Amino acid sequence: MTTEIILQTIISGLLMGFIYALVAAGLSLIFGLMEIVNFAHGEFMMLSMYAAFWLYTFFGLDPLLSIPICAALLFGLGVATHYGIIRHILDAPMMVQITATFGLAIFLRSLAQFLWTPDFRTIPDPIVAGRIEVMGIFLGVPQLVASAGCVLAFAFLYLFISRTETGLALQATAQDREAASLMGIRPDRMYALGWGIGSACVAVAGVLLTSYYFIFPEVGLIFALIAYVTVAMGGFGSLIGALVAGVLIGLVEALGGLLIDPAFKYVIVFSMYLGIVLVRPKGLFGRY
Amino acid sequence: MLDVAGLEVAYGDYQVIWDVSLHVAAGEIVSVLGPNGAGKSTVLNTISGLCRPKAGRITFKGERIDGLPPYEIVGRRLAHIMERRRVFPYLTVRQNLWLGGYNPSARKERAQTLDFVFELFPRLEERESQLAHSLSGGEQQMLALGRGLMARPELLLVDEPLLGLAPAVAADMMRILRQINETGVSILFIEQNVQTALSIADRGYVLEGGHLVLDGTAEELLASADVKRIFLGG
Repeated sequence: MTTEIILQTIISGLLMGFIYALVAAGLSLIFGLMEIVNFAHGEFMMLSMYAAFWLYTFFGLDPLLSIPICAALLFGLGVATHYGIIRHILDAPMMVQITATFGLAIFLRSLAQFLWTPDFRTIPDPIVAGRIEVMGIFLGVPQLVASAGCVLAFAFLYLFISRTETGLALQATAQDREAASLMGIRPDRMYALGWGIGSACVAVAGVLLTSYYFIFPEVGLIFALIAYVTVAMGGFGSLIGALVAGVLIGLVEALGGLLIDPAFKYVIVFSMYLGIVLVRPKGLFGRY
Repeated sequence: MLDVAGLEVAYGDYQVIWDVSLHVAAGEIVSVLGPNGAGKSTVLNTISGLCRPKAGRITFKGERIDGLPPYEIVGRRLAHIMERRRVFPYLTVRQNLWLGGYNPSARKERAQTLDFVFELFPRLEERESQLAHSLSGGEQQMLALGRGLMARPELLLVDEPLLGLAPAVAADMMRILRQINETGVSILFIEQNVQTALSIADRGYVLEGGHLVLDGTAEELLASADVKRIFLGG
């Protein structure tokens, strides 16, 4: 095994890791805010991928250009999910909260199958294509762009949360809803905003993936599963945790596939997850 | 300034406050006294909008505020500092204070108010970039008070400001409350220790089992045999 191959694998893993990180960040944001897990997170991603696909098919809009549209659509869907479903189950028992978003996931997946068939779709010739060679290492341009886009979106999210007035209000609501409301913050609006932003995050990741990934109703399953593991491993509600854990999972997945067997890559990822939460149940950067 | 009349509060079917009436005039310091579980916090929580009353009227500066959500009540210049301080643990001191001035009516003068708060609590300025959970109990109470003041209140509700403080720090806190009052802020606060509370309060109300059992000026209450019975069981 040459150094090139190992280096190549590490970089591929990193690139995938940043995508996992953004998907997980959206999930983590919602959980951190209201302690509700969005089990339809993967389906939101699937919907954004289909949105990009149809925008391409009907209007010839390249996925790279449809990012803002898809992000806005999913922001709207997130807000609608809050007002339509989540708001009514905020104080309900945990089983109700789980089945509500789980039910939404099954509904959306089935709806996609019904409307758009279970066929695998691709975007035939996206703007970003081909690969480049850097010092003997080959990198797919779509992968590179997708990853860079996710890093950019993540940085934007981080700055928004930590530097803006609204970001501070979101954090305050996550830390103490009652105290926040006594400051004049409307928790309900913050929750809706959190759902909007969290859904927009996964939308951006989804659209960026469409330039090299298949689009089908079940596409969100594995990404969502990895996102849950990422969030739990990084620490619930922690954005930095989502970033570190996402990259870690991307790396372990790629290197595990190379060193052991691609068929076992998820076994290795999930074993690492179990190991980490066994030693540190609140995750790497978790507070709870 | 604040007028509470015939207040009744229930958590579900479980009523905790019966027919409580009290008032705070502009410039006053008033104390709500009573043993554990008397319903003192519930009364404050209902005034600030965290709990909804089952019956009764709450008027602030001549307008009804009962049933309004807390984020609207704070905009009318009524700030509430909850029991156990409830600072945002993972935000810095400065961020906590800044959020205290979040409501639109306080936002314009935020920077000046922050200067005023730092003047009142120099310790907070020294620690402005520290996370709130790393502060000592006394400092957290200062932060909670400062955050409340950032809303530029005309009336400040304070729930057990001395809870868990060392005696020396507690004496300091009483002095600070009086100092805040001297800047023109009326104060309604909860305290379990009658002597301490009445050392700065103009008047007091005594709650027991959700009922108002006694009220009067500080002198009257200190001399009252009923107060001794309620608090000392004598």
